[in-house]
Amino acid sequence: MGEKLLEIKDYSVTFTSDKVDFYAVNHVNLTVEKGEALGLVGETGAGKTTTALSIMGLLSKYGTKTDGEIWFDGKQLTGMKEKDYRKIRGKHISMIFQDPMTSLNPVFPVGNQIADVIKIHNPKMNQNDVNSKVDEIMKMVGISAERKFDYPHQFSGGMKQRIVIAIAIACNPELLIADEPTTALDVTIQAQVIKMMRQLQQELNSSVILITHDLGIVANFCDKVAIMYGGEIVESGTLEDIFDKSLPHHPYTIGLFNSLPNIAEKTERLKPILGLTPHPSELPQGCKFHPRCPECLDKCKSGDIPSLYTDGTHCIQCHLYHKEDA
Amino acid sequence: MAEEKLLLEVKELKKYFDTPRGKLHAVDGVSFKLNRGKTIGVVGESGCGKSTLGRTILRLIDSTEGQVLFDGKDITHVSGEELLKLRSEMQIIFQDPFSSLDPKMTVSQIIEEPLKIHKVYKDKKEREARVVELMEIVGLDERYINTYPHELDGGRRQRIGIARSIALDPKFIVCDEPVSALDVSIQAQILNLMMDLKDQHGYTYMFITHDLSVVKHISDEILVLYLGTMVEKTSSDRLFKNPIHPYTKALLSAIPIPDIAYKGREAQVMKGEVTSPIEPPEGCRFAARCPLATDKCRSESPAFVEVEEDHFVACHYWDKQ
Repeated sequence: MGEKLLEIKDYSVTFTSDKVDFYAVNHVNLTVEKGEALGLVGETGAGKTTTALSIMGLLSKYGTKTDGEIWFDGKQLTGMKEKDYRKIRGKHISMIFQDPMTSLNPVFPVGNQIADVIKIHNPKMNQNDVNSKVDEIMKMVGISAERKFDYPHQFSGGMKQRIVIAIAIACNPELLIADEPTTALDVTIQAQVIKMMRQLQQELNSSVILITHDLGIVANFCDKVAIMYGGEIVESGTLEDIFDKSLPHHPYTIGLFNSLPNIAEKTERLKPILGLTPHPSELPQGCKFHPRCPECLDKCKSGDIPSLYTDGTHCIQCHLYHKEDA
Repeated sequence: MAEEKLLLEVKELKKYFDTPRGKLHAVDGVSFKLNRGKTIGVVGESGCGKSTLGRTILRLIDSTEGQVLFDGKDITHVSGEELLKLRSEMQIIFQDPFSSLDPKMTVSQIIEEPLKIHKVYKDKKEREARVVELMEIVGLDERYINTYPHELDGGRRQRIGIARSIALDPKFIVCDEPVSALDVSIQAQILNLMMDLKDQHGYTYMFITHDLSVVKHISDEILVLYLGTMVEKTSSDRLFKNPIHPYTKALLSAIPIPDIAYKGREAQVMKGEVTSPIEPPEGCRFAARCPLATDKCRSESPAFVEVEEDHFVACHYWDKQ
């Protein structure tokens, strides 16, 4: 077991809008160790991005209720003063946002945007050192330093995403949160970005939380996986725990895998999960997945579903496997 | 008999756009044939001209050069009444179910519109019955008939788009990335729906996508495009078993496979970025990123040759790999 870098304990987020409560994240427990890559998998509305923004301390204060604790490197992040948070954000924890087209400022050259992060966290550094650091980081992400005077619109999608990554790694963060970093990109560019992220992770020994809905990228990049549904983590474990088809799995995980067309063998017909993801304002009672679950039992329809079948690292939140244990 | 099977033939189709910096070669000499009831998958990265190709075939935009034969008839320059009639035979499903539906129309109005325009039913009741029937076909509950698109989620909205495009029972449907905006579990539902429709009604699809695993699942034949030119065309199975063009190979190796047996598999990472399609230089368009490129590639465009039965490749060095 490595050293714990990030620990999320029983964490929940509720948004209130027009007197309606949206249960975005519900009782999530997560740990990330040093140098580890965690894949956070789920569909739209599963609460992946809300979890990420909570770690970054970027949730809006208004209409948001949080519960539980987030610990980072021995410090509690939940309830931290904004002034202190700013020293951590960007330097120790940083985030790559989903859409490179909108996360850069269109009116500043990209070099300035990278330099900003460095200057904020190293106020005493002189301009020459900042400049050479910018050059070094741009080289690291594979863009020639001559282009630092160019504006975002002069770059292609893949290059823009690399600039966003450059900003995120400018201060060698211990934890990098990548929120669907390649969703907006073509497969060949995606391969370049994933390869680069892996190199950086090894060079800087950072931990990474990779948020994605693409199980292919997870299999390729991550050490640990957590699968989210309806704001809960329904299954978590090491990469082998989740991807080994001979082990028991949460019905949602099985459904996710069956929904993917397989490249290796020709499947005549996909076996999708029936129904739709529940809206966070109308989460069902009991197991959040039970209305769509092919193996739903009576006891799934109400009450808490405890995390069961904990086999070392593998954890499934489902009644099905409790039966076998008892 | 063979003639009757053929539904669509595209001959040397070209579409250039004028830009301030010169002509943008969006589609540059694409030819293929498509039989009734078959699906051709068109694959390529963003900006390779896939969507332009689909739209040019449908006459949503006019071609610069080349011919499109549909059902034995040259439709490249038809207009007026004839074009209107053609529209009832070829349809499109758009990528983005959020922007391709009119926000001010209800579900029934959207699905009804093509029926109205083409005056299929004289009687309003019959038309309404058809709308309900269409909603049932695409798996939309009848209670949504008076809702607006914004009240529905992506999967249901895409079902409306599908209902609208099959309303006139067309022969040919261009599917322009119909599932790429959807979540995986919904994506599988829509793909199954489209395959069922094809089996039941004998539709012919042109399936445009950048997602290779989806295209393999749904297509009989696959056409790989790179910057408006065809680089490889063959049956779906053969393309995945025996890709020949270096671009196809790189594309296939870049697909992340959800299986830990493939962990750490090195994708053939291509260097560089796509060259500009504006006034492209002579020679192979892929030469700038190709690991095998020589001076010949940079000066001479490779021909699209049949290297084995029904397997076409545009590469000077297809036999030297």
